[in-house]
Amino acid sequence: MASVTSRSGAWFDPFEQLRREMDSLFESSFGPASIRSPARGAFPAVNVGISPESVDVYLFLPGLDPEKLDVSLEDHVLTVSGERPPTEGDGRVYLRERFSGAFTRAINLPDEVDPENSRAEYRNGVLRVSFGRRQEARVRRIEVK
Amino acid sequence: MNTTRDSQVTANNERVQTLRPPVDVMEDEHGIVLHADMPGVASEDLNISVEDKVLRIEADARLDTPDEMKAVYAEFRTPRYVREFSLSGELDAQKIDATLRNGLLVLKIPKHEHAKPRKISVNVR
Repeated sequence: MASVTSRSGAWFDPFEQLRREMDSLFESSFGPASIRSPARGAFPAVNVGISPESVDVYLFLPGLDPEKLDVSLEDHVLTVSGERPPTEGDGRVYLRERFSGAFTRAINLPDEVDPENSRAEYRNGVLRVSFGRRQEARVRRIEVK
Repeated sequence: MNTTRDSQVTANNERVQTLRPPVDVMEDEHGIVLHADMPGVASEDLNISVEDKVLRIEADARLDTPDEMKAVYAEFRTPRYVREFSLSGELDAQKIDATLRNGLLVLKIPKHEHAKPRKISVNVR
């Protein structure tokens, strides 16, 4: 698997350009969305990134017990389901903005993910599921002699 | 229209997008309990302060990403969380209890002792 570094700047720079593209994409409607497209604002939020060696899916799921998460891969669709109970409290409720209840997200992955080479990690409320890319699909640098 | 995103100007004079984390706020007889979703935040990146009765929660989210990763799809794009609340006088801002676990921040803001509800017993003569 690829080596991992923590560089928040590197993460968010490519996403900034993508954000602009996606914002304009969603503003204009052209053609039907993929049947697996999520509703905007679905919980949890999902990010997908591709690097030469891996495909990484990030799901933003704070305050969960990772044992209770169901993560499965079938036919290049990664499905993550679970449930988050509502915040407990006896007194008066002023704000209830956080999502509670059952959730499920299905994410279409590129064909070249290798299901045999996968790893899932839950840290700081982020579930990261990583897949190696099949050998043939890996970017191969061609040397210019 | 997305109303949870703001922007702020940093020390370098750059305008940064910020995200207001969703919160649950409840009150019981002891005080206020606040839960805030802040995925990607570790305690060293979290800043909680109170100034002039304004509670400010600020944090930077960080993610481990492999070298040369390119974004393919991103619903979460704003790495800085900021949210402010004004605290009413009966809350004791000096005694805020904060815990951060798995990206979930729980703040307990107790009421001043004298502000807690007290039963006044009635003596009958």
